[in-house]
Amino acid sequence: MSFSLERTDDVLIVTVDGQLVVTNRQEFKQAILDAVEQGVKLVVADFSTSGYIDSSGLGALVSLSRRLRESGGDLRLVGLNDDLRTLFELTRLDALFPLYATRADALGTR
Amino acid sequence: MATRTRLRVSPVQSTSHSWALASDTRLITPVVEQIVDMCQAAGFSARHCRLNVPVAVTEALANAMQQGNGGDITRQVTLAVQVSPERLVVEVTDEGSGFELAECERTPDHADWFEREDGRGIFLMRQLMDRVENCCLDAGHLLRLILHRV
Repeated sequence: MSFSLERTDDVLIVTVDGQLVVTNRQEFKQAILDAVEQGVKLVVADFSTSGYIDSSGLGALVSLSRRLRESGGDLRLVGLNDDLRTLFELTRLDALFPLYATRADALGTR
Repeated sequence: MATRTRLRVSPVQSTSHSWALASDTRLITPVVEQIVDMCQAAGFSARHCRLNVPVAVTEALANAMQQGNGGDITRQVTLAVQVSPERLVVEVTDEGSGFELAECERTPDHADWFEREDGRGIFLMRQLMDRVENCCLDAGHLLRLILHRV
């Protein structure tokens, strides 16, 4: 998995390419935490080109969501395919994360 | 008049493979990709190959390495996989003392489900596989995952 970060003011867009799993969740989480420490309030994670996510990846997203909410921010998820949506529905984490079809949708409701 | 017997020939032969892995989570993804390839060749659905199999096997291996073997890279995890046109059977053995599946499983009904970072692995395996079972061995612990193709 690799990911890229695009920051504009207090908005960070994270594009996730490949799996978000036990081997890379810490690197993913730390990169976003660093940005939050530097003032980012809204994180939009784009999974349009992602593979699967395991429980470690889900846990990292849960942890980041809590951290952002504590600082008055938000973590929004974009571009989940049917498989990933199923994963969030099975775990009921779709109730925790706002799921958006596109980046514009995620950014438009600020 | 001779009668013809129509033989039903399975398009895919059963395959099996085993691995002996150090407790290094970086080894998980390449092995999972091989198992997914085996399932694709056996005619498992795209959903199975993109979601059920990779996530559940990743969970089982990560659990064996991190919990069972305590992250000790010198301790081994063995993995045995059988794939047939009927089903996938995955057996993961670690050197740990084992656990009770029911006692360790957390579900979305637990109060801290939406707050805590860990603890969703067993629930995910149970959701994504048809059967998850485990047993303690003389030396170690075995977790078995079963997924029917249809």
